[in-house]
Amino acid sequence: MIRERYLNGAILALLFIVPLWAHLADEPFTITLATRAVIFALAAVGLNIALGLGGLVSLGHAAFFGIGGYAMGILAFHAQSFTPVAEWPFVIHGTKSMPVIWLVAVVTSTIAALIIGILSLRTTGVYFIMITLAFGQMLYYFAISWRAYGGEDGLSIYIRNDFPGLNTLIPLHFYGICLAILCVALLFNAALARSPFGLALNAARQTPARVQAVGLNPTRLKLVAFVISGAVTGLAGALFADLNRFVSPAMFSWQMSGEIMIFVILGGVARLFGPVTGAVLFVGFELVLGGLSDYWLIYLGFLLLLIVLFARNGVIGLLAGKEAVHD
Amino acid sequence: MTDPVLATYGLTKRFGALTASDNVSIDLHAGEIHALIGPNGAGKSTLIAQICGGLTPDAGRVELLRQDVTHLPTEARAQAGLGRTFQISALAMEDTVLQNALLGTLSSPWRFFKPALARHDLRDRAMTALDQVGLADHAAMRTAELSHGLRRQLEVAVALTLKPKAFVMDEPMAGLGVDGSKRMTGFLDGLRQQAPILLVEHDMDVVFALADRISVLVYGKVIATGTVDEIRQSRAVREAYLGEAS
Repeated sequence: MIRERYLNGAILALLFIVPLWAHLADEPFTITLATRAVIFALAAVGLNIALGLGGLVSLGHAAFFGIGGYAMGILAFHAQSFTPVAEWPFVIHGTKSMPVIWLVAVVTSTIAALIIGILSLRTTGVYFIMITLAFGQMLYYFAISWRAYGGEDGLSIYIRNDFPGLNTLIPLHFYGICLAILCVALLFNAALARSPFGLALNAARQTPARVQAVGLNPTRLKLVAFVISGAVTGLAGALFADLNRFVSPAMFSWQMSGEIMIFVILGGVARLFGPVTGAVLFVGFELVLGGLSDYWLIYLGFLLLLIVLFARNGVIGLLAGKEAVHD
Repeated sequence: MTDPVLATYGLTKRFGALTASDNVSIDLHAGEIHALIGPNGAGKSTLIAQICGGLTPDAGRVELLRQDVTHLPTEARAQAGLGRTFQISALAMEDTVLQNALLGTLSSPWRFFKPALARHDLRDRAMTALDQVGLADHAAMRTAELSHGLRRQLEVAVALTLKPKAFVMDEPMAGLGVDGSKRMTGFLDGLRQQAPILLVEHDMDVVFALADRISVLVYGKVIATGTVDEIRQSRAVREAYLGEAS
C-alpha cells in the first residue's frame, strides 16, 4: 500500500506539472480540462465536508453550485450591460472583479445553505436526501423561469472576469487562480478535520447520542458543516461559470448534484484528496470514454458500481488502504 | 439531610394505556450510589431517558443541583453536570480511544483550525480520565479494536472527562465477564466520592456490593426504597420482584 500522504503529494504534483507542461507545449485545451477538474474538485471538497465529516448525504449541492454560478452571471451580466443589479433600496452595480464576485457567491450560498440546512436537518436518512434534492430542483425550476437572466437559455458572459495582477484570459493564469483556491480549501479541510469542531462533528456522525451526552448539539454541528460545505461549493460554482463564461439552470440540476457526489464517492468519501482524485478521474473519463461513445456515462456507471461494491473507500482507499488513525 | 444532587418528583410518563413511569420520586445524594432495580419492562430505561433528556415526562420534574432541568435538552443537562453511560456503548468507533475521551472536554466545539490533540489542557484532562479507568495504554488504539469490556471502561472515561456533578449509569456491567465486572465494581466503588451515581443494574451481586440505597421499580412504580438490608427483607419486593408467594 502507498502511504496516503505520498499519494496525495503525487496527485498535487500532477495538478502543478500537467498544466505547466501543457502551457509550454501550447495545449490550451488540456489546461481548460485541468481547470474544469480543479473546479469540480473544489465543489466536491465542499460536499466532502458535509458528507465525509458530517455524514450528510446531500443530493442538492447543485443548489449552491448554481447559486455561485448565478452570482457570477448576474454581477458580470450587469457590468457588461452597464445596468445596475438593483436600484432600491440602494443602487447595486454589477462587477467584473473576481474577488468581489467570489465574496458574493460565498455569502449567498452560505445564506442558502443555512436556510436549506435548518429545514433539511429536521430529517435524517433518506428523507434528508429527498429534501435536499427537492431544494436543488426548486432552484432549478426557478432559474428556468427567471426570464430576466436568460431563463432556460442561461446567460452568456462575453469576457472572463478580472483578477488584480493577472490576465485571466490566459488559461494558465486562470488555472493558477483555481488551483490556489483548491489548495486553500484542502488546507482548510485538513485543519477542520483535526480541529475540535471536526472531532465533534465526526463523533456526531457516528454516535449523536454520545455527543449530546457530553453537552454538544449534534444538529448544530451538522448545520455548521452543511453551511461551510455549501459556501465552498458555491465558490466552485462562481469559478465554473467564469471558466465557461456561461451560466444556465443546468448548474442547479440534480444531475449536477449527482456528479459532485460521484466525484467524492469515486475518489473516497472522507479522504482529503478523495474529491480531487474523483474529479480528475471523472474529467479524464469524460475525455477518453466520451471520445469513444456518446453513452460514456454507462461505462462510468459500471465503474462506479465496482467502486461501491469492492472499494468502499474509493480509489484513494484502494491505493492507500484504510485511513490512518491520528493519535 | 443535605439537598439531593439529582432528584425526580412525581415523574409520570404514559404511552397510550401503558404508564411507564408512575409518579416516580427518587433522589441521589452526594457520595452515594443509588441503585435502580426492577424486572424487564419495569420502566427503568424510560425513567433514565426522562432524567437524561431523551423523553419529556407528562408530569413531574427533574432537578439537578436544585435546578429544574425537566425541559432542558440532553446537551444542556450534560453541561449542567449530568454525566451518563449507555447500556449499549455509544462511542465513535472509527476514532481513537483518546479522541473519544477528548469529546467530553470540548466545552466549546467552535474552533476550526488548531488541532484538538494539540490542546494540551484538553489532552491532559482526557488522559487523566483514561488513566483513571485503566485505559491510558490504549489511548492511540482505534475504539473498534477494543474488547467489549474495555469499551465499557471507555464509556465511563468519556463521562468522567465532563467532570460531572452526578452520574447516571445504565447497566455498566452489561456483557462483562467475571473479572471485568469485578474491576468495574471496584472502580465504581471509588468513583462515588467524586460524584454520586444513579446506577441501573441487573447484576444483583454488584448492586448489593455497591449500593448505599436501592429503589425497586415495578410496572413504572417505585415500590420500595431503602438500604440493601431493608430491600433484602422487604416483603413487597420479594413478592413483586422476586416472585415469591406471600
